Amino acid sequence: MRGDLAALEVLRPRRLAEALAALADSDRPCPIAGGTDLYVALNEGRAPARRFLDLSRLDELTGLETTPSGLRLGARTTYTELRASRLVRRRAPVLAEMAASVGAIAIQNRGTLGGSLGNASPASDPAPVLLALDAAVELAARDGRRVVRRRVPLDRFFIGYRETAARPDELIVAVLLPSSALEGWRYAYRKVGTRRAQAISKVVAAVGLELGARPRRIAAARIAYGSMAPTPVRARAAEAALAGRAPTSAAGRAAARALLAEDLHPIDDLRSSADYRALVAGRLLESLLGALGGFRPGLDD
Amino acid sequence: MAPARAAVRHLPRAPRAVVGSNVPRREGLEKLTGRALYVADLDVPGAWWGVTVRSPHARARILSIERDLGADGARAVVVTAEDLLRAGRDNVVHLIADDQPFLAHRSVEHAEEAVALVAAPTREEAERAAARVRVRYEPLEPVLDFERAETIHKTCAIDKGDVAAAFAGAARVVEGTYRVGHQEHAYIEPNGMVAWPRIDGVRLVRGSLQCPFYVHAALTRLFGEPAEAIRVAQTSTGGGFGGKEDYPDLVAGHAALLADACGRPVRLLYDRAEDMVATTKRHPGRIVHRTALDAEGRLLGMDVEVLLDGGAYVTLSPVVLSRAVIHAAGPYRCANVRIRGRVVKTNTPPNGAFRGFGVPQVAFALERHLDRVARAAGLDRVELRRRNLLADGETTATGQAVIDAGASRQALDAALKRSRFAATARAHARFNRRHAHLRRGLGLACFFHGSGFTGNGEIRLASEVALELLEGGRVRVLAAATEIGQGTRTVFAQIVAQVLGLPYEAVETVDPDTALVPDSGPTVASRTVPIVGRILADAARELDAVLARRVGRPPGRPWTRRDFAGAAALHLDAGGERRVTARFSNPSGQRFDETRYVGDAYAAYAWAAAVAEVEVDLTSFETRVLRVVAAQDIGRAIHPRLAAGQLEGGLTQAVGWALFEEVVARDGRMANGQLTNYILPTAIETPPIELVVLERPFAHGPFGAKGIGELPMDGGAPAVVNAIADALEIDLDRLPATPERIAAAWLAARPERRRA
Ligand SMILES: Cc1cc2nc3c(=O)[nH]c(=O)nc-3n(C[C@H](O)[C@H](O)[C@H](O)COP(=O)(O)OP(=O)(O)OC[C@H]3O[C@@H](n4cnc5c(N)ncnc54)[C@H](O)[C@@H]3O)c2cc1C
Repeated sequence: MRGDLAALEVLRPRRLAEALAALADSDRPCPIAGGTDLYVALNEGRAPARRFLDLSRLDELTGLETTPSGLRLGARTTYTELRASRLVRRRAPVLAEMAASVGAIAIQNRGTLGGSLGNASPASDPAPVLLALDAAVELAARDGRRVVRRRVPLDRFFIGYRETAARPDELIVAVLLPSSALEGWRYAYRKVGTRRAQAISKVVAAVGLELGARPRRIAAARIAYGSMAPTPVRARAAEAALAGRAPTSAAGRAAARALLAEDLHPIDDLRSSADYRALVAGRLLESLLGALGGFRPGLDD
Repeated sequence: MAPARAAVRHLPRAPRAVVGSNVPRREGLEKLTGRALYVADLDVPGAWWGVTVRSPHARARILSIERDLGADGARAVVVTAEDLLRAGRDNVVHLIADDQPFLAHRSVEHAEEAVALVAAPTREEAERAAARVRVRYEPLEPVLDFERAETIHKTCAIDKGDVAAAFAGAARVVEGTYRVGHQEHAYIEPNGMVAWPRIDGVRLVRGSLQCPFYVHAALTRLFGEPAEAIRVAQTSTGGGFGGKEDYPDLVAGHAALLADACGRPVRLLYDRAEDMVATTKRHPGRIVHRTALDAEGRLLGMDVEVLLDGGAYVTLSPVVLSRAVIHAAGPYRCANVRIRGRVVKTNTPPNGAFRGFGVPQVAFALERHLDRVARAAGLDRVELRRRNLLADGETTATGQAVIDAGASRQALDAALKRSRFAATARAHARFNRRHAHLRRGLGLACFFHGSGFTGNGEIRLASEVALELLEGGRVRVLAAATEIGQGTRTVFAQIVAQVLGLPYEAVETVDPDTALVPDSGPTVASRTVPIVGRILADAARELDAVLARRVGRPPGRPWTRRDFAGAAALHLDAGGERRVTARFSNPSGQRFDETRYVGDAYAAYAWAAAVAEVEVDLTSFETRVLRVVAAQDIGRAIHPRLAAGQLEGGLTQAVGWALFEEVVARDGRMANGQLTNYILPTAIETPPIELVVLERPFAHGPFGAKGIGELPMDGGAPAVVNAIADALEIDLDRLPATPERIAAAWLAARPERRRA
């Protein structure tokens, strides 16, 4: 490891209010949850801070529960917990599916939802799934002696490359999934990484469809992508191209066209090329829509 | 295959088969239990920490080096090329052309070249001090594209028959150009050395390495001191794959220079990032084939151009090139061959030895090309190969008649049979009709690999080993061959035990140390078993003869441990030598003309065929290797389990090179020098591998054994890429076959696929 670990300082609060007080300090520490993102930087000698705020004792950041408005997932929820949770597997199985695609077992044991959102990587695997699920982020900060909370819809949370709407004195406390997105919707997810495990996504997509029964029509769609723009993005043009249409390969193709024309801005980088990303993003959309809408996408020519 | 074991007559038979059985691996328990000491584990009291200051530019003039270390100055030393020259050292890494400096002097020729060395009591202090060494550069225009490079490190050529006449009379001529990229060794333990200052006239260096006497020669030259003043010892080594053939010379030299400067031991340990960006890689290359066929699809003429990227210094490039050129026409019969090889200079870190040593590059090109040739000739790809593979006694491109060349066909037949090639192809066709977005395909490759140094290399090396009698009827093997995970110690003990008829446990092995062992040559070129193992067997026979004579019994009969101990005691009491030595004797009578490239390029070849089965996902263009079947004639498996490990490991490394591994460079610097972005296959990407081991003995190898370390690396990649090309009916002419390249080739095959 490059850099000097012994020179780092770690605060280990037991209560949220204490943690938030530390963040209100002028010598503000950097929160650390599973550390799976932060350790990569530390190992390369690029420590983002000298002081750290260890979140691992904050019980207020844990728990998966049903609330009157939907599901509440504590920020410290790990991928392993998502995979194991009956509640998640019953009400939002796509989250468990996503969790199984992250890193490998060791990373799943340590990596957290809050860490992924806080890191705000455009290649985050949870982000597109949570966007498709219409999630919101619950943030908390200290205002004098009070703890103040606010909610930010996830589609307004990622505001720039590795930049979020959270203020530096705020912690991510939980991720909220509304019931409206859980009842009557079906989801599909696929990650295309640099290999099949321990891989960063080159293209990652999540698609949600609300299907009307008679006539069979797409009442609404929510589509989101990672690794295709400076932030995880909702594909609103593709969503609009689907709304009200019958689920057919023609609709899939129209959505893919809109997606590539308006929603995505892929680039060349170390891991892939813009051309490949665009090609595969479109094909993924058609294939995921086909799986959800029960049609055969015309990709085999 | 019925192995003709009777051909191996020079060795006595043992009562109990040690050779050919899976005895416990020598250093296995130590490694499993964490007791094995790697260089970073050495507890060296008072050692300082070394850091290397490297060039950020691919090519530049060095204007000045300032070293105002501030407060840390009192507790740090800096060494530059000027210091080294002032102290009368020779700033040359001794290898083939002697053109590489230990420290850049006046100019840098590649990014990450070492410009200065720093040592301080702790890593943090050393890093701080290194950050204060200010080097001013004047950047110059670098040459980064090897296809446009003009400075030549080395050329070589093969001419056999009359190529012009062959092309003039051809029924068909097929051309193709193929390209391969770098490959990083990614051994599990990065490079590292600990050096001590001169104590009692001796400098000691210990570390992770493949070739102790290469390091020894480099240090002797650097310090201008006699051989006995330098001592190099290997620590437990976490893999090498060729990456620790020449680069450790540099690391050891740097550590020794720092130890000299600060008067204390110095640890110089690379981390993964430094190791990836700075050390050697497999040579990238471009291979152009022009092939003349007759009406029956027989090879009339082969015209091949091999171009390799050597990087900034010559290092091992000449010998990589000559091995590439000699293997470029493959295990095929062709009376008229012209091969031109060239390795050029670019301003990139020198490329070096990597398992296969030039052969994987040319095997990829040729086996890809033959699929294209088969298509052009309207011939089945299996049939094309079968018609052209060498038969026993036929000649290779250098005109070498190879007695067992027909093993290549046996390997092909065995691979086809085990993979049920024709039936699998039919099953794939059905699968592809049933699955809209998945395509399965089969690929085949035939390949061979010469054991030992090329040409007269072994004669020049004149390797030597010794056996030493210990108390209690035990024998110790003394050789410089290193254990780097492949099982050297185990197989050496097996060979010696078998010749003497002693139990495996009665034979000891040591960690190579130049002060203790004779120079049995470098641990490279698939030479450890066939060459060094053979010399060891000779030494064991000699020992047997000496002791037999001593007690008046006929030689060549197995000893009981008690009789052996008694004879040894008698021998030593009578003042007999404790050691017997043996030297390479060129048992096969191999001769090679190194200017014309004619003759016996290698004493023996191992022959192989591989079949890969893949599935490509048409949504993402990702490839899954479903299965690899490889049939390989290796002469004799001394230790079947270790041999299988070599074959499986090499094939896995080949799958990585075929599909994932790619060095991304920006301005001549490796931009993906982390395992996050340099993609190696993980367990999931490692396909089921089925091996068919054929044992047609090599008359001059120990118990018939040939070299196997490199062979599996040669043919895996073309088999996999041929399978992808088969699955999608596309042409692929470049490695790695990433999803990006597969998608581009798939679109190019039918332009109407590219829709808005
Ligand atoms: C080998 C490896 C493989 C990986 N594979 C994947 C993969 O397949 N898919 C994927 O998406 N990611 C992957 N990652 C990235 C990483 O594991 C995930 O992003 C993970 O979710 C991060 O969570 P963490 O708790 O470890 O974050 P940490 O490293 O602890 O923190 C990350 C960032 O978030 C901030 N933060 C953490 N918690 C909070 C909070 N509650 N409030 C505010 N800010 C907070 C931290 O300050 C930091 O800036 C991988 C990483 C590694 C090392």
